[in-house]
Amino acid sequence: MRPATETELAEIVRAASGPLRIRGGGTRSLGAATTGALLETGGLSGISLYEPGALTLVAGAGTPLAEVEAALAAENQRLPFEPMDMRALLGVEGIPTVGGMVAANASGPRRIAVGACRDSLIGVRFVDGQGRIVKNGGRVMKNVTGYDLVKLMAGSWGTLGVLTECSFKLLPVPEMQATLVSAAMTPDAAVACMSDALGTAYEVNAATRDTEGRVCLRLEGFSEQIRYRKAALAEALGGDWQLVEGADSQALWRDIRDVTAFAGQPGDVWRISVKPSDAAALVAKIAAPVQMDWGGGLIWALVPEGTDLRAKLGPIAGHATLVRASDPTRTRLPAFHPEPAPIAALAQGLRAKFDPRGVLNPGLMG
Amino acid sequence: MEMPIPNAAIMSKRDRVIARLAEVLPKDALISDEAERRAYECDALTAYRCLPLAVVLPESTEQVAAIMKICHAEGVPVVPRGSGTSLAGGALPTEDSIILGVARLRDVVEINYADRFIRVQSGITNLAVTGAVEGDGFFYAPDPSSQLACAIAGNIAMNSGGAHCLKYGVTTNNLLGVTLVTMAGEVIEIGGAHLDAAGYDLLGLICGSEGQLGIVTEATLRILPKPEGARPVLMGFDSNEVAGACVSDIIKAGVLPVAIEFMDRPCIRATEDFAKAGYPDCEALLIVEVEGSDAEIDEQLGLIKQIARRHNPVELRESQSDEESKKIWLGRKSAFGAMGQIADYMCLDGTIPVSSLPFVLKRIGEMSKEFGLGVANVFHAGDGNMHPLILYDANKPGDLELCEAFGAEILKLCVEVGGCLTGEHGVGIEKRDLMNVQFAPDDLDAQMAVKDVFDPQWLLNPAKVFPLEASATRRAA
Repeated sequence: MRPATETELAEIVRAASGPLRIRGGGTRSLGAATTGALLETGGLSGISLYEPGALTLVAGAGTPLAEVEAALAAENQRLPFEPMDMRALLGVEGIPTVGGMVAANASGPRRIAVGACRDSLIGVRFVDGQGRIVKNGGRVMKNVTGYDLVKLMAGSWGTLGVLTECSFKLLPVPEMQATLVSAAMTPDAAVACMSDALGTAYEVNAATRDTEGRVCLRLEGFSEQIRYRKAALAEALGGDWQLVEGADSQALWRDIRDVTAFAGQPGDVWRISVKPSDAAALVAKIAAPVQMDWGGGLIWALVPEGTDLRAKLGPIAGHATLVRASDPTRTRLPAFHPEPAPIAALAQGLRAKFDPRGVLNPGLMG
Repeated sequence: MEMPIPNAAIMSKRDRVIARLAEVLPKDALISDEAERRAYECDALTAYRCLPLAVVLPESTEQVAAIMKICHAEGVPVVPRGSGTSLAGGALPTEDSIILGVARLRDVVEINYADRFIRVQSGITNLAVTGAVEGDGFFYAPDPSSQLACAIAGNIAMNSGGAHCLKYGVTTNNLLGVTLVTMAGEVIEIGGAHLDAAGYDLLGLICGSEGQLGIVTEATLRILPKPEGARPVLMGFDSNEVAGACVSDIIKAGVLPVAIEFMDRPCIRATEDFAKAGYPDCEALLIVEVEGSDAEIDEQLGLIKQIARRHNPVELRESQSDEESKKIWLGRKSAFGAMGQIADYMCLDGTIPVSSLPFVLKRIGEMSKEFGLGVANVFHAGDGNMHPLILYDANKPGDLELCEAFGAEILKLCVEVGGCLTGEHGVGIEKRDLMNVQFAPDDLDAQMAVKDVFDPQWLLNPAKVFPLEASATRRAA
């Protein structure tokens, strides 16, 4: 089913007698086996409002992300949070949509400086499990009117409602970018170095230790600003830094964003969020290829099939998502991190309220 | 303002409830005496007052949990209170409620510069958070104008903003985790020092829920390295429209100032008389501030001034020293105080799309004549968060009502042009009855469903946020 309007979509949900599988572009599926009739949002497509002077864009949930990015690029603006394209990593085809990106709260390297997708999302419209059309937030960037269901919908993977429209706060694309790249470092030294860099006033907006062990630090801004900051940052950190600029810098960060290093490589892929100072110890336990983004706070790991990285997390605060795995692994290990009982109870409570019949993506998210 | 009729059954068992609370609290943490309770009858929205059943000032999360268990068992409503600086009546008690103040929970629990966070108890003031880390070159970004007094607990409840959120975001963008005590007295950890909690974004839900989902006793906040420097430029224009167009052009040009503040003529005049900040005599004034090293600031301000010149400013003055910067900000920061010298005022907080600025300012001017009440505008222009100050005379019968009616019309206008009722103050009781203007019944129902999950008996911060008729069946259940 591929409704062309929000009203049609609401009717479909209201009339559903069994489970529905909600799909945007089908490019971010974490593989959890959801059953039911396919409900696609691709028909709800198009940018309904774009005001560059107000840094605001509103688009239908089924709008191809590429269409949004092209419209923004024409005005020299962008979605701040640098959403990853998962197609290469997951080995799937399809067209990423705005709604899918929001449902996954997809956020890339710049997340540490400008926030996640949920931080730039300022409004949503969705259809809940009873087929009711609900709006929350709006198209202004400061809005505390009522409860913030916008945040709740981001990262809820279509389990609380089917997104129909999303509004975003945008940022201008800075004049230029430059990346400082180090020689290979141990995870320990890399995290310390990235923490130092992120603790300076030079507004490093991405800090990653790549799979080769090199630390990459990105600066963005006006030309004079970058000229000054790259020198000041290198001096503050000490050591030898190679400078990567322009298109090369963009390509480098696209690879980091999309975790290209693990695309096409055999094995399971995990994504683990911890506080940076816990990262090195965890990486030692993982003992497999890793990419450490977010100054160490986001670990991407490529491990032999069936490895349970959650078990290795142990007492460390954080969570691990099984992003890519074979079917046998999937049946044994859930994609999402199990939650402590009181939080799981609240989550179940919310789900029961927003989707009392349990028709929206049942089986996903516990 | 209509409030629910106090629950007689609760009123009649007041002594028992107080006796039970006394069992779990130190003597000075429980206030039942009428004269002392009087201090808690209102917050910064002083037009509404009500004496609570009792006031508790717990000193630990455990004590908060013990209080909640008793109130839950007895069915007594609980009104959480930070520093009582809400402009929306967010901490207004009802007669049958107890006030739970977090003012004694003020400790810094942990500071971690490597991971760039601070863990605090929620009663600490906003400014004290920055105070705890600024010696080491860090700061906490959200800066509501009440930051000297307001508590982090209240900041989280209202999702407070400030002058610098164009660049740094509001509270929800800087909050990493909380310890939450539920109405049932359960202590829950949500989020933490790592980013983006697993599962649903409960943290995002709690931030801005106006104390209706639980009591936040501790919070993990993101801290940032302080910029090398900051410098404002002052520009005057001969119409609001031109100033509005200039704001839009600056944003479009790719410069992201940390703040763009706007003042209109009535506000400029009053402020100048009061603070002598040396503001020009003009229709509209902008203060634009950028951050960085001296050279970086020069580069950005150069571009901003170039844009401003295209709009024929009547004044364009870049600060040449720290002293001048202070003076430029002095006027803006004393604007509310200056207006208070002239008249009583009501401060609104609607947000509008930046593109609607000229239209909305024109309409407010027209409505000002229709209602016969003066208005001064001072606000965060970069993000469209307006603060019209409606001037009235509290001693003149009927003037407050007229002012409230005028305020409601302005907020309806904000919604009409695509904005919202409140950008950073919260709904509280002040805007509760206007929620129907912005939301359809199903929109409100989805929000109330969240409260059903966290607080099924609807005991936390009663009679706020949702119109009474919309929540009637839930409250009665």
